[in-house]
Amino acid sequence: MAVNKTASELQSLLHSRELSVKELTEETLKTIKETDGPIQAFLTVTETEALQAADQLDSLPDAERGLLFGMPIGIKDNIITKGIRTTCASKMLENFVPVYEGTVTERVKDSGMVIVGKLNMDEFAMGSTTEHSAFQKTHNPWDLDRVPGGSSGGSAAAVAAGQVLYSLGSDTGGSVRQPAAFCGVVGMKPTYGRVSRSGLVAFGSSLDQIGPITKTVEDNAMLLSAIAGSDYRDASASEKAVPDYRSALTGDIKGLKIAVPARYLGEGVQPEVRDAVKTAIGVLESLGAHVDEIDLSYSRYSAPTYYVISSAEASSNLARFDGIRYGYHPADAKNLNEIYLRSRAEGFGDEVKKRVLYGTYALSAGHHEDLYERAQKVRSLIAQDFQDVFRDYDVIVGPTSATNAYKLGETIKDPLTLYANDLLTTPMNLAGIPAISVPCGFAEGLPVGLQIIANHFEEPLLYKVAHAYEQATEFHKQTPPAREGN
Amino acid sequence: MSNFTKEEVQYYANFARIDMPDAEAQKFADRLDTLLEFTDRLKEIDTTNVAQMTHPLTITNVLREDKPADILDRDDMLKSVEDHEDGMIKVPNILD
Repeated sequence: MAVNKTASELQSLLHSRELSVKELTEETLKTIKETDGPIQAFLTVTETEALQAADQLDSLPDAERGLLFGMPIGIKDNIITKGIRTTCASKMLENFVPVYEGTVTERVKDSGMVIVGKLNMDEFAMGSTTEHSAFQKTHNPWDLDRVPGGSSGGSAAAVAAGQVLYSLGSDTGGSVRQPAAFCGVVGMKPTYGRVSRSGLVAFGSSLDQIGPITKTVEDNAMLLSAIAGSDYRDASASEKAVPDYRSALTGDIKGLKIAVPARYLGEGVQPEVRDAVKTAIGVLESLGAHVDEIDLSYSRYSAPTYYVISSAEASSNLARFDGIRYGYHPADAKNLNEIYLRSRAEGFGDEVKKRVLYGTYALSAGHHEDLYERAQKVRSLIAQDFQDVFRDYDVIVGPTSATNAYKLGETIKDPLTLYANDLLTTPMNLAGIPAISVPCGFAEGLPVGLQIIANHFEEPLLYKVAHAYEQATEFHKQTPPAREGN
Repeated sequence: MSNFTKEEVQYYANFARIDMPDAEAQKFADRLDTLLEFTDRLKEIDTTNVAQMTHPLTITNVLREDKPADILDRDDMLKSVEDHEDGMIKVPNILD
C-alpha cells in the first residue's frame, strides 16, 4: 500500500511515473476513510479539491517536479485555506470559508503538495489534549483510550496513524512538540519569525509559530525548507535566507556541546520518561557529544509568564470575532451589543472564555502593571538565561513532555506534573528560539519525545542533531498498533 | 491575593463582550482564582531595572509603498456575512 511507503520511496515512484499523483491521492483519501473512524484526526477531508489538484500536478513536466511533488499533507484547522472551511475547532467559525490563502498553504501548494484535509485541534489552539475541540475528540493511534496531545493533536495523530506523511501544526506554548511526542512523530517549532504567520488565526502573536510534523527528521527538514522565509504579508517574518535544511543532515555531531538543565529531569517527570531521555543523552554522547548539567533558573517562572502573556494577547486577538462580518451569528438579536455579547457567549467554549477573561483582567487598568508588565519583564529574564547558556553550549536537551499521553477525560491534578509539562515547552516560545521533538523510546508502551533546543535560527543544527540521533536508533521505524493490517 | 467575585467576572466579561449570566460567572470566578493564584508567583521575582520584552526578535520596521494589491473580491467576502444589502453589512439600529 502506497501510504505505508516512506516519502523517498513515494518520490521515486512518482518521478519515474510508476505512480501518479492521482493514484497516491486516491489511496490517501481511502486510507483516511478507513482509519479515521477510531482516530478522528480530520475535521474536513477535501476530496474534491485534492483530486483536482492531483490531476493538474500529473500534467506537470519533470523539470517542474520538486522534492515534495505530489505528497499529501494535512493542515491544522487554524491555518486558513482559500475556499475550504477553516473552523479553529470552534463553533464560532463552524461555517467559515476563507476568501484568501494562507502563506504556508500557498507555499505547500507551490511545492506540489496536495492538501487532503483540515485537522482537529483544541479550540483556537488553547489546550494540550485536543479535547477542547468543539466538534470531536481525537484519539492517540498508539492507544485509542489516550489523547494525542495538543493543541495540534489532529496533525500529530494523522501522521502517526499513517494517514499522511506530512502535516502542519502551530506552536504557541508547545502545541507542535508535545503532540508529536505523545504520538511518536517528529515535530519542529521554528524560530519566531522563521515562518510567516499570515493566514494563521492568531492566538498569542508574539509566541505563535507554524511548524511541520512528520515521520522522519529528513521529511521535516524538507517541509520547513518549503514553508520558511520572508513574506510581505507578515512584517515579523524574517528576511534571513532560508538554508536547505536537508544539507545539514550529515550525521556528524562530534564535539557538540550539550547542556541538560537539571530541572528538565527533576520532580514531576515520570521515571520511565526520565530513563528514556537519559538513555537518549547517552546515545548522543556515544556519537561524540559532550554533555554537562546546567541550571536555567528563571525557566521555573515560564508557565505563569506564559499564561499572562498568551492570555493577554488572546484577549486582544479574539476581539475580532464579533458575529458580524463572519462567524457565529445569534438569531433574533435586538441590538448591536446583543450580537456581540451573544455571538461570543454562544460561539466560544469555556476554555477560550476563561483565557479571554483572564487576559482582559491582566491588561486592565489597575492590574496591567502588576501582571502584564511584570510578565514581560520576567520574559526578558527567561530569554537572557537561554542566551547565557548558548554562549557555552550548542544545544539544550531534555524531555518534550513530563509524562506519556494522558487518558482521555483524565484531569492531571498533580501540580508537579502540570508544572513540569509547562516548564518543558513554554520557555522556548517566550524566548522565540527553535526546538524539535523526536521519538526516543517508550514509557508504558507509549511514545516519549526527546526535545532538542537551540538558539535563534539554528534550525540546521537542530535537524543535524535530531537526524544523527534518529539514525542511531530504531524508534522512528516503529508504528502504532492502530495501523497494523491496514 | 484577591478573589474574583461574580460581579467582577461580569465586569471583565462586559469589557470582553461575552454575555455572562450569574451561574456562569460563579464558575469562571473559581477558575480565574486558580489562574491568578498560579500567576501570583511572578511577584516573587525582583524585576527592578529589568526591561520589558515586547517581542522575541529584534527586528526593524518593514516599510513599503502604500499601493493597493491582493484585492479581495467583495462578493466573496459577503458570502460569510449573515445580513447585507447593496454590498454593505447590515447591523441592527445602534441608536434608539
